[in-house]
Amino acid sequence: MKTSTELTKMEKAIVQDKTYFLQVKAHPWLSLTSFIIILCLWEIVSRVMWIPPLFLPAPSEILLEGWGMLKNGLIFKHVFASLSRILLGFSIACIMGMLIGILIGFFSIPEAIGNPLIAATFPIPKIAILPLLILWLGIGEPPKVAVIALGVFFPMVINVYTGVKNVDPLLIKAALSLGSNRTRVIRKVILPGILPMVFAGMKLGIGIALLLVVAAEMVAADAGIGFMILTAADLMQTKKLMVGLVILSLLGIFFNWLFQKMEKIFIPWKQ
Amino acid sequence: MRVRIDHISKYYTDRQGGQTEALQDIHFDIAENEFVVVVGPSGCGKSTLLNIIAGLLSSSSGQVIFDGVRNDSTPYTAVVFQDFALFPWRTVLKNIVYGLEEKGVNKTEQFVIAQKFIAMVGLQGFEQKYPHQLSGGMKQRVAIARALANDPLLLLMDEPFSALDAQTRLLMQYELSRIWEETQKSFLYITHNIQEAVFLGDRVVVLSRRPGRILDIVKIDLPRPRREDLITEERYLKYVDLIWGYIKDQAKETLKEIR
Repeated sequence: MKTSTELTKMEKAIVQDKTYFLQVKAHPWLSLTSFIIILCLWEIVSRVMWIPPLFLPAPSEILLEGWGMLKNGLIFKHVFASLSRILLGFSIACIMGMLIGILIGFFSIPEAIGNPLIAATFPIPKIAILPLLILWLGIGEPPKVAVIALGVFFPMVINVYTGVKNVDPLLIKAALSLGSNRTRVIRKVILPGILPMVFAGMKLGIGIALLLVVAAEMVAADAGIGFMILTAADLMQTKKLMVGLVILSLLGIFFNWLFQKMEKIFIPWKQ
Repeated sequence: MRVRIDHISKYYTDRQGGQTEALQDIHFDIAENEFVVVVGPSGCGKSTLLNIIAGLLSSSSGQVIFDGVRNDSTPYTAVVFQDFALFPWRTVLKNIVYGLEEKGVNKTEQFVIAQKFIAMVGLQGFEQKYPHQLSGGMKQRVAIARALANDPLLLLMDEPFSALDAQTRLLMQYELSRIWEETQKSFLYITHNIQEAVFLGDRVVVLSRRPGRILDIVKIDLPRPRREDLITEERYLKYVDLIWGYIKDQAKETLKEIR
């Protein structure tokens, strides 16, 4: 127990902000400088041969190699092959995912049929299906596109389904009371309502598409980034291999940026 | 035109198969141009009743009859919800023309009608804003304009101002009274606020706690247009007291109820 005299001694206590450490601080230069420092360290490590260039070529060497491939046009052949596979598979998956997602989200009979099917097929790694797809569709383009489509389809359909379930029922009631019928509700309430989830699904999906296109091109292909990486590795062309990885990283960043821009355009009501 | 709420009852069946009675034999009429307020303690089935009248819920027995309706595309009801229920992807203007789009009204006419109601509820200059950019009071103005633009025979309002702060709520009550006088439509207004009920209504239907049944229908004999200073007048307060007398014991019982 404190006596009253002790209490009076402590009369001046300054209140501290207990949430201080939760406040998000901006470090505008840290991201860039740390990135550059890591690149420099890497450059030094390779230059002084701590790690042989066969295992880890210097960033400048990779850049030079990439520049060479850019000049002789070799790079475009591979990027074009991969991109066309991604775009085709990705588009098919987005359209199918949205259609089926809305169907099973909004109607009870498709939901009862579709839900267990999705639950059973979703956990299968899509790469494991690739041999089966090659067996069915041959070794050309179709199995590559199909495996990408399958991989992107699942995050898409699950996101759309969740999106439909989360559309505010009050908005549906409002639309009905203003004279909408069922199909109009889907078009004018469900469709705009799920857009944020559609974009979330697309962002998940593009990562999966990049993964699967590389895997598919490593199995049977004569062009594509995956093919390029694999042949470079076979010939011990580590620099060329690294160029492939850089391209994949750039593609990922590009698609992310693209979807963010599209989101801003298609969802102007979001702050 | 007259709306008859014809002996409406509503039961809910819970998972154990037990039945909960929400509404018991609700029976009253709403005349043309009449402002009817339904007031009752929380959980008395007021919103259930409104949803049944709006055709957004089926009754267990009884029906809602619109008597002497013109034979055209005029919708029977439009609803103003407590939580606004504005389409977040539509601007103010686009929200207001929603019902007109569904009716197939052409674009120019849509715009003309929308302008009329934008002016009536005082939303000029906000046409191109999205709902998230508006305050609660402004949102509810949009919802009222959207409902009125659809030209319903009966406008249903489900505690429209209870999500608003007290000051905004008072202002909106005055506004609504004026809007009703301008539109000359039938309004059915649901609230748990007795002062609001007396201030707005021609008649106040007093409901009991669950199962909701009609305790009394009080005719409010106060002059129109209702002025803001009415709320200090003796005759206004008498009505408030009368209805509070009905509801007080009901509300006390509700307080003790176990959810």
